[in-house]
Amino acid sequence: MSVKDYLRERYMPHLWCAGCGHGIVMNNLIRAIIDLGLSKNDIVMVTGIGCSSRISGYLDFHTLHTLHGRALAFATGVKLARPELSIIVPMGDGDAVAIGGNHFIHAARRNIDVTSIIMNNSIYGMTGGQFSPLTGHDKKATTAPFGSIDHPFDTVRLAMGAGASFVARTTTYHVTSMKNILKKAIMHKGFSVVEILSQCPTYFGTKNKMGNAVDMLNNYKTHTVPIGSKKKKENPDLIERGIFVQEEREEYCAEYEMLVKKVKKE
Amino acid sequence: MNKKKVFVQGNEACVEAALYAGLDFFAGYPITPSTEIAEQLAYRLPKKGGKFIQMEDEISSMCAIIGASLTGLKSMTATSGPGFTLKQEAIGFAIMAEVPCVIVNVQRGGLSTGLPTSVQQGDVMQARWGTHGDHSIIALTASNHQDLFAMTIEAFNLAETYRTPVILLFDAVIGHMRESLIIPEPGELPLVGRLKTSVDEKTNYHPYLPREDGRLPMSDFGGVHRYNVTGLMHDMWGFPSTDPRVAYILMHHLYEKIEGHVNDICRMKEFYLEDANCILISYGASARSALHVVQSRRARGERLGLLELQTLWPFPAEAVRQKCERAMYVIVVEMNLGQIMRVVKRAIDDPNKLFLANRIDGELITPQDIKNMLRMIYGKGV
Repeated sequence: MSVKDYLRERYMPHLWCAGCGHGIVMNNLIRAIIDLGLSKNDIVMVTGIGCSSRISGYLDFHTLHTLHGRALAFATGVKLARPELSIIVPMGDGDAVAIGGNHFIHAARRNIDVTSIIMNNSIYGMTGGQFSPLTGHDKKATTAPFGSIDHPFDTVRLAMGAGASFVARTTTYHVTSMKNILKKAIMHKGFSVVEILSQCPTYFGTKNKMGNAVDMLNNYKTHTVPIGSKKKKENPDLIERGIFVQEEREEYCAEYEMLVKKVKKE
Repeated sequence: MNKKKVFVQGNEACVEAALYAGLDFFAGYPITPSTEIAEQLAYRLPKKGGKFIQMEDEISSMCAIIGASLTGLKSMTATSGPGFTLKQEAIGFAIMAEVPCVIVNVQRGGLSTGLPTSVQQGDVMQARWGTHGDHSIIALTASNHQDLFAMTIEAFNLAETYRTPVILLFDAVIGHMRESLIIPEPGELPLVGRLKTSVDEKTNYHPYLPREDGRLPMSDFGGVHRYNVTGLMHDMWGFPSTDPRVAYILMHHLYEKIEGHVNDICRMKEFYLEDANCILISYGASARSALHVVQSRRARGERLGLLELQTLWPFPAEAVRQKCERAMYVIVVEMNLGQIMRVVKRAIDDPNKLFLANRIDGELITPQDIKNMLRMIYGKGV
């Protein structure tokens, strides 16, 4: 199977801008699925609304393109109804931690076996460049023309605090590790969170004078370090990448199955 | 074999009916006065291997049942006014994506937090127009537990038949009141199952291409047909489209598949309408008081009749017009500021003969409230 076999060609051309990082995520996600040998019929992809959410239309799985922020809520229904299916939920900044923040922390708390991918581009791209909860202090956006006074979430710490049993961060520069992390996240039994820093040269890059897509990718190279790196101790502003949490814990649907077995005996 | 007779709350009658209809999946969030539905199903569903989940909020409950329905399970949620408001965006998604499911709204009093344990019928228009954009919707109601049982089954049947969300709108006093219910034998009431596609794995399946009879066979998520489901305007493949022709055809289809079947969908009960010169039109708990008035006045020889609506949406406008044609007076009896009255006004030939007997203080409308309106109409003063 090649990457092309997973794309819906009648859906092309895609609507992502030139230089957008989301295509890199899609490419590596397909490669991860090919490596794992999963059947297309066993994968349900659920997305919300925004640039990131369009990924579901381009891929040849069972795909559910829902409402802004509600992808994990729909996904919870699909997963509990059919626990044998693999559920992958790519989300943008808003879907994951703004309008959908409540569903995110509760899906993590339940430890339901869903692979969530946060395509963090630090901006609301589909609506034209407004700041998100991941934009960052002092960064500019159309709704923060003087620089944002909002402080961003640390998505990794948020996911860990909410109880996700697999938490990782990577970037669109680190494609090999991205694929490996995605493979581990998909195979993980429980709620997994993979934050992928994904460049938006069109809005975030332009507003904040970060150069073109290549400059932004190089920025991921120079401003991120593996977890526990010495450089991080010297420069706390560097962002750590890698797998932060990988724990075996009771998964929600498995617990439900056990409950059903127990009450049926009574 | 004796039929099973139980003495239950209306909320429990709804649960019994949903299980009878084949409910497999429930997601909900506690809210008065519908909570007993979730409580009962948390106990009953795991015992039959069905799925129950208490979600983090009203919105996610609605989203979860849509997701579950796409895998082929009969799905339901239950709520009341404030929660019903929160669910509206996802209800619109279910209409657009044509996903069968049932939403129970046990109506409480007032707007906002209002009167959580009191009765009003204020969500009639929210059921119709709660979600944004032009659309059609099916909403059912009932005035007693036996009817509530039948209408709950009907809600599931209509949801499957028309591939659409169906709203079951009943009143707090029905939900919490206890009365007798005879549970029909299995097989006694007809059930409509999921219409599944007969298209095989090697042939293209079009999830949004209606058959000649207008119905759209489905393929379960996880099955052999992979397709896209979206809230965007979409073509027969489920792919988003901004083509004006695609948008027009879909808007028309979503509206006509319901409004074009008003006569098939609508249920109503008629009491003494043949010779009635004064017709009460009512529904839900209000219809109980209306029926009491009609029966007591009939005993005195007065020609009153009652038309009890069981389907609120789509509104059976032509049937109402015909039945009211020869009446001198038409009185809508409801517990709101005239939500169905205004719909009746548009339906009947002479709006000047239309009156409203209502109550909006959280108390059940009484026969005396209706009699007061009759005295006014007949010029006897109150």
